[in-house]
Amino acid sequence: MGIYNPMVVDSLTDERINRVFHALADATRRDIVVRTLKSEHSVSALARRYPMSFAAVQKHVAVLEEAGLVTKQRKGREQIVRGDVGTIRRANKLLDELAGVWRDRVERMGEILADDLTGGTR
Amino acid sequence: MTVTKVHKDPEKLTMTMTVELDATIERAWQLWADPRQLERWWGPPTYPSTFVDHDLTPGAETIYYMTSPEGEKFHGWWEAVAVDPPRRLELIDGFGDDTGKRNDDMPTGRMVVTLDERDGRTVMEITSHFPSLDAMNQLLEMGQEEGMVQALGQIEAILAGSAPS
Repeated sequence: MGIYNPMVVDSLTDERINRVFHALADATRRDIVVRTLKSEHSVSALARRYPMSFAAVQKHVAVLEEAGLVTKQRKGREQIVRGDVGTIRRANKLLDELAGVWRDRVERMGEILADDLTGGTR
Repeated sequence: MTVTKVHKDPEKLTMTMTVELDATIERAWQLWADPRQLERWWGPPTYPSTFVDHDLTPGAETIYYMTSPEGEKFHGWWEAVAVDPPRRLELIDGFGDDTGKRNDDMPTGRMVVTLDERDGRTVMEITSHFPSLDAMNQLLEMGQEEGMVQALGQIEAILAGSAPS
């Protein structure tokens, strides 16, 4: 099963992928990603939305930033958070590819079963 | 044969595919239980799989390899965890080293297959679960290569004037 593909230069490294999924495993962080994808938010604006401290929200943002899901930029006294759609798209692509592998397998299963009816053995 | 549902769960690291097969449950089970049938669907035509050992007794190991178009062999193994023929099969799935021996440095995945007969047709649900993203990523790298190789094979077939079935 272990076929490595050196051609996949654009794929996320294992460590990075782990960070992405860890980051998205939390409801508050997912909400931050969704909001900041739509429009930029300051950390303090985000902190007002959730029943938790500014420091806690800042920590969530840091996890997301480390996973490459959001970017943080200082603007005067504020820290502005923006969602990074590229990473999310790539993470989703991985799951789509897995589904693709299985679609092909299932299609071949169907061919085998169809051979039963026609008596073919290929 | 119809894929009726694909469910992806990035948090639980699972992908579940639900398929309706035009076969009885006993017949559908043979797709997993008979190594000669497995060989016809596990790997793509361009990366055929060969099952050297095949034993679906809980705790037993199944050994296989896939052969690249260049003739290179890539080894893999399954370990049956729970088996309830013809209804349920749970496997750990991992990589082998160059000699075909189980490589414990590599991540493993888990597959759960359930079958349910309805009006002479069988609904098969395949769940792929990964303990870590390392495992998933490696399987997907393989998937990309499979897809690419298969696409190339189709182009060749079209050029040769015979579209693949």
